[in-house]
Amino acid sequence: MATQTQHSTTRRDFLFVATGAVGAVGAAAVVWPLINQMNPDASTLALASIEFSLAGIEEGQSVTILWRGLPVFVRNRTAKEIEEAKAVPLSELKDPATDESRTKEGHENWLVMIANCTHLGCIPVGESGEFDGWACPCHGSQFDTAGRIRKGPAPTNLVVPPYEFINDTLIKIG
Amino acid sequence: MFNTKTILATVAILAGLAGMPAAQAAEEAPHIEKQSWSFAGIFGTYDQNQLQRGFQVFREVCSSCHSARLISFRNLAEEGGPGFSEEQVKALAAEYDIADSTADGGTRKGVAADRWPSPFATEQDARDANGGALPPDFSVLAKARGVHDAFPFWIFNYFTGYSEGGPDYIHALLNGYHEEVPESAPHNADGTPFELPEGKYYNDYFPGHAIGMAPPLQDGQISYEVAEGEAAVPLTVDQYSKDVAAFMMWMAEPGLVSRKQTGFAVLLFLVLFAGLMYGTKRKIWAGIEH
Amino acid sequence: MSEHSTYTPGSGIEKWLDERLPIIRFSKEHLMDFPTPKNLNYWWTFGAILVMCLLVQIVTGVILAMHYTPNIAMAFDSVEHIRRDVNGGRIIQATHAVGASMFFAAVYIHIFRGMYFGSYKAPREILWILGVLIFLLMMATAFMGYVLPWGQMSGWAATVITNIFAAIPVIGTPLLELLRGGFSVGNPTLNRFFSLHYLLPFVIAAVVALHIWALHVPGNNNPTGVDVKDSRDTLPFHPYYTMKDLFGMVLFMIPFAWFIFFAPDILGHPDNYIQFDSQVTPAHIVPEWYFLPFYAILRAIDFNLLFIDSKLLGVIFFGGSILILFLLPWLDTSKVRSGNFRPMFRWFYWLFVINFVALTYLGAQPADGIYVLLSKICTAYYFIHFIVILPVLGRIETPRPLPTSISESVLSKSHA
Repeated sequence: MATQTQHSTTRRDFLFVATGAVGAVGAAAVVWPLINQMNPDASTLALASIEFSLAGIEEGQSVTILWRGLPVFVRNRTAKEIEEAKAVPLSELKDPATDESRTKEGHENWLVMIANCTHLGCIPVGESGEFDGWACPCHGSQFDTAGRIRKGPAPTNLVVPPYEFINDTLIKIG
Repeated sequence: MFNTKTILATVAILAGLAGMPAAQAAEEAPHIEKQSWSFAGIFGTYDQNQLQRGFQVFREVCSSCHSARLISFRNLAEEGGPGFSEEQVKALAAEYDIADSTADGGTRKGVAADRWPSPFATEQDARDANGGALPPDFSVLAKARGVHDAFPFWIFNYFTGYSEGGPDYIHALLNGYHEEVPESAPHNADGTPFELPEGKYYNDYFPGHAIGMAPPLQDGQISYEVAEGEAAVPLTVDQYSKDVAAFMMWMAEPGLVSRKQTGFAVLLFLVLFAGLMYGTKRKIWAGIEH
Repeated sequence: MSEHSTYTPGSGIEKWLDERLPIIRFSKEHLMDFPTPKNLNYWWTFGAILVMCLLVQIVTGVILAMHYTPNIAMAFDSVEHIRRDVNGGRIIQATHAVGASMFFAAVYIHIFRGMYFGSYKAPREILWILGVLIFLLMMATAFMGYVLPWGQMSGWAATVITNIFAAIPVIGTPLLELLRGGFSVGNPTLNRFFSLHYLLPFVIAAVVALHIWALHVPGNNNPTGVDVKDSRDTLPFHPYYTMKDLFGMVLFMIPFAWFIFFAPDILGHPDNYIQFDSQVTPAHIVPEWYFLPFYAILRAIDFNLLFIDSKLLGVIFFGGSILILFLLPWLDTSKVRSGNFRPMFRWFYWLFVINFVALTYLGAQPADGIYVLLSKICTAYYFIHFIVILPVLGRIETPRPLPTSISESVLSKSHA
């Protein structure tokens, strides 16, 4: 034992270092899958992006769909609502964003938003409140016809999820 | 204690003991010919073309009675599988109507994430349509069937990693039909000849020989598409059954290829690490009498 | 056993900690400096390998529980979900399933090593008894774990094994209903098995701690069976045995990995890939290989004895075959520990091993014809070994002369 310690203090033995290094690589290769198994699995990922048909949603009508377990508002806005949203000066907004930035070009009537209030996650009620948009029943946040926060404790606008138009009546969310 | 002589003697005695009653067991299960499968062995991988052909057999023939409830359309595009493209799978899924209580009219077009729709709504419907017999689900069927090897051959299986008993059985079953009860049919316990119950078919490999499924495949029944520059695949029951058995193995074990590839790396690593550990251990113990 | 340590706290913090919770001192005494006989062979590495097995089962088991659903309608599919969809799920699930077999393979080697070298003899009786207790807990845990995938073998194993308790007179049937939570194996059974399957490994871990404690009081036995005389007979556990054990573990992982990656289902039964159906019994119902010897004993008893019916008698023999291990330290009357110095014992030891393997083989065969007779002979011999041979051998056998110390035996071996 004594000779061993002297030996290793003077010169790190290559064999010991190599064994330790290979062992460490092996341990890391075992640990990662044990953590990675908690990531979303293949069946969850398969539903990470969905296609949704807008056909049949009339002007002024709103539907709620489910995406990644979250409710999503899809609203076909009326001309009046779009006009109202565009008329608001950015300086009046708590979380400034233009109406254009919250819709897709050429499809300004469609508003797609995650339906959880940015305050604490309740689902706001549509076509209500002072701003003709959404009003959250839990803590009184009020959103306008572009889903922007206008009054109440919510800090930011309702979140627009990543989505794109595949054609005029079909969107892909996620 | 554990010297070679004792171990050899033990093995010899065990072999004698185990071999004694083996003759008895041989008569109950018919011998199943083992096929050569591309996915067998350490380096086994699925043959993509074979899986695509097997899928065609499954879709055109089997799936009209057999469900595969654990399979999703998306699986068909996943790595190590039949290798369909995402677009192909999307188009395929859209051909099916999927029951969905939230959709208008209770059904909607399928998407890649949907499970393979079952041919019958309930187990009772399936039985009613099949003369009382329930066509088993295909999802893991290739692993729910096996081949019984006589002693001592089953011992070798642990060293060869033989895991293709299911496909071997399925292939044998699909080729084991007889139009009439053959001479080889076992006699009943009281010596009377084998009698086939109404609505059953005689099969060499099915336990009890009376199977509820009519011979599902005939030569030339399915026409395979032949890509340019490739040799034509024979349109025979033998070929169809190999292809569908391979496809069923894939359904039961979709991650087989990556599992074996990882395994090879792991084994290499362990052998290297064991060598290093042995060196380390020897170095530490050098000079110690033990 | 605190005299082996040369530990002196190095820094102020270590000293502060040492006065409050001497955990570093404890680890140094028991994991590093512990004096271990220098002549332990590779069969002794299985103790460490078993600790590794337990850890592997707990870690993979906790992970599987994150994805598994203990409900009869969903259990089967949820295991398939793990295999198909969960990241790395097929490997983790296979490790857990194969791990059970590897755990038992290692524990059998560990037990038979102890039997050959007389590791159960005074002053190590408690160590041995705790070991048998761990073995019993392992069997209970493995059995309940096997039920969870809810395949045909799972469900029928649950039915058959819980039925064993029904053999007990008077309280049998109420006990059976209590265990199952119903009149047949069903959802309550699955749920409680899941709960207990999660709990028991931690109980095992606690008994393992006691097992090691009981080991560290007298110290290790060794291949000569001769007590440690002085420090020339021993080596500090670290680095000598830590490295030897680690090497053993890595070697053990090679067949382990072979099964996980290349034949994950070969140790199981194809029927367990069919969901449990309480109306259809599989043609051949066999337990996992590690239960086969005891299963063979259970089945071998097909006759009534006096007022005891065959079912109860089978259960008595089945239970007795394990419980008799508790008495082993007192059934073996020889003062000599190691089989190396017991010429007659050696023969009977190997006969016992062969008999045990034969029981394993017979447990997997159909219960008819010659197998029944062979099972009876092997069962009888199993008990005769403990009740007749071991007590008698100690009296009639002349042991070979023992070395005076471990160092002497080591030196004579290396000079020979």
